[in-house]
Amino acid sequence: MLSNLGNIILFSSVFLSLTLIFFSFKEINSTGEIISKKIYKISLIQSTLILFCFFTLISAFIISDFSLIAVYQNSHSAKPLFYKISGTWGNHEGSLMLWVIILTVFSFLFLIINKSHPKNYRLYTLIFQNILILGFLFFILFNSNPFSAVKPLPAEGLGLNPILQDPALAIHPPLLYLGFVGSSIYFSAAMASLITNYSNKFFALSIKNWVLISWSFQTFGILVGSIWAYYELGWGGFWFWDPVENASLLPWFAMTALFHSLLVLEKRNLLYFWVIILCLITFILSVMGTFLVRSGILNSVHTFASDPSRGLYILFFLSILIFSSIFLIFKKYKKNDYSINSNSKETFVLINNWFMMFYLLTVLIGTLYPIFTDALSNNKISVGPPFYNAVIFPIVILFLFFMAIGPKTKWIKNNFNNLKSFIVILFFSIVINLLITFFFKSYTILSNLIIISSLFLIISSLLDLKQILIRGKFDLARVISHLSFGFLIFFIGLNHNFSIEKDFNIKVGETKSFEDYQIELKNLEIKDHQNYKAIIGNLSINDLVNGEIKTLKPEIRIYDKPKTLTYEAAIKTNFLKDIYITMSNIDRSEFYNIKFQKKPLMIWIWISVICLAFGGFLRTFQNAKNS
Amino acid sequence: MLTTKVKKRAYLLAATLTVSVVAIFFILKSLSSNILYFKSPTEIKNSNDTNFNKKIRVGGMVKKNSLEIDSEEIKFTITDFENEIMVSYSGTVPNLFTEEKGVVAEGKLQDKKFFIADRILAKHDENYMPPELKKIMKENVK
Repeated sequence: MLSNLGNIILFSSVFLSLTLIFFSFKEINSTGEIISKKIYKISLIQSTLILFCFFTLISAFIISDFSLIAVYQNSHSAKPLFYKISGTWGNHEGSLMLWVIILTVFSFLFLIINKSHPKNYRLYTLIFQNILILGFLFFILFNSNPFSAVKPLPAEGLGLNPILQDPALAIHPPLLYLGFVGSSIYFSAAMASLITNYSNKFFALSIKNWVLISWSFQTFGILVGSIWAYYELGWGGFWFWDPVENASLLPWFAMTALFHSLLVLEKRNLLYFWVIILCLITFILSVMGTFLVRSGILNSVHTFASDPSRGLYILFFLSILIFSSIFLIFKKYKKNDYSINSNSKETFVLINNWFMMFYLLTVLIGTLYPIFTDALSNNKISVGPPFYNAVIFPIVILFLFFMAIGPKTKWIKNNFNNLKSFIVILFFSIVINLLITFFFKSYTILSNLIIISSLFLIISSLLDLKQILIRGKFDLARVISHLSFGFLIFFIGLNHNFSIEKDFNIKVGETKSFEDYQIELKNLEIKDHQNYKAIIGNLSINDLVNGEIKTLKPEIRIYDKPKTLTYEAAIKTNFLKDIYITMSNIDRSEFYNIKFQKKPLMIWIWISVICLAFGGFLRTFQNAKNS
Repeated sequence: MLTTKVKKRAYLLAATLTVSVVAIFFILKSLSSNILYFKSPTEIKNSNDTNFNKKIRVGGMVKKNSLEIDSEEIKFTITDFENEIMVSYSGTVPNLFTEEKGVVAEGKLQDKKFFIADRILAKHDENYMPPELKKIMKENVK
């Protein structure tokens, strides 16, 4: 029943999209500057229907209606209610529904919010957005339909992959999707702007908040994914430069470049085509990321739900996006007279963009290179963290300095009369860094430089913050984000240099001593839960320096539906450090493999990213209030 | 005579180009020194230009009854059913690591029969198999 209902709604949505495109074209040719009520109504009905469709799917998951393929493959009646619901978007078919929801709801919101902009620009945006919606609706209907009926009716579902049964992973997809699927709306707007020649600062104003919002959600989404990887994958790291992670980072770089260039377009009416290119590649990279993740073409440790036929469809869709974008840009390209003074804020924004493009290119090459060598030479290779660390970190040093100086420059023509203060800040950064190495531990020259440059950004942003408190002169949102970024790099640097890691194999009752720690595996407990059995290790960690004794209880979880094992790290967090332990059994022998890690200041890395994203939300809020 | 404006832009353009070229060169150079090749025990045996200082990945099955564990390290044999290689490893073991299952180890070759691993790749579910492994298995298992 729910299967039929879902299919009917999907087909009606296709019909509504076509109707919207038809009426929009009709209105473009008509006179008058007002979009008729009819279009608003259809768009509203479309969004409501898609949301209703999604709720239908959720209810199918809640009541465990296994006649639906998505429910059958990804749910189980014994699963807790929370994971039944989150299972809706924790699989390929259901997550595509989430795609379509964001596409349609954003299309409707863009229509009703930007009433002050020209009619044709808004209508073309609506048309392009609906073409995207159609593309994904067809994908759902013909390739990945969650409502496809399973016959005969199975008695029980296959269950959700246990490592996805986690609160962080329940909210990770919606957050990330709001980010990169959200970028569709400025893809459509950019195409519309090219066609209607709407190329002034008002175009910048119409998409500014959308870029900021999607960037903020993208940042949050990446953060939640990292936290999950940190405690669930059992490696103790939070970023592995895995292709799937890279796929979420690529659009993030493009978005970051975009909202900085948008400032130039808004304030100086320059860089229009560059802004358009960034709008287009942000969404193209998002679709490309989806392709890489869903097609299984890349060898990633977290490739879920991969299937070559899906890949083919997305690849086809992706090529259309790329070719139509390139075609429109070449057709509409006009030479502009860029007269930018080399010492001005414009230049600094361009420097930011240059860095972002550099990072983007690095990650893109690193991610795609294995595919090409495989296709060309049949050599199986992989590109791992050493490559990214070697390329990205040395460049971060320069980037942080520019990030501190850039915001203090003036539009059009700048003069460096604040040079003296920069030297003072640099001096203090070096002193603080020396104190850290002197009192705690020395580290490599590269780490020294990274910590000095991050301190430079932190101190100079803190001084800006002081200015705000006294005079309300600078903008708060920017300072918060720049400051948090400085802190992020600073804490990552310290965390990296002060971490302790030790792997060993141990039997029950044994004690292992190393450096300042003594660890004993006291005993094992077995506990039965609703959907898994847990083997809990009772480990006592004796810190020989301050005599503190802590008990940590890592788990091995044995899931039945589907049959698999997961680690559950035991983490003791405080403001100074995380103590992190995972335990695994080696091939059912009496040995347990223990990974012990001390990760200093871990929680501050998360807090820095939260503040970074918060800056984006704050700016959106301020923009909305001012307009 | 060129105007100062044109000159300035030429300089800016030249600077941007130089920096970009240097950057791309830097990326590609780091890439070539940091890629990891994936080899099967047979490929290792047959290769003539083995570099013992470069990290590689070795994949295959964990041979039955080959696993030895003590408090510091784990030793096992990776086989592709034609040739095999001994592996010594100390570090975290994925929960699904077990005899007669697929495994990918990352590390350096000591000689063509002995491999010191510093990482064993985790798998997320027991049905997942890296594409490289699938190929080896297809070729060698009838």
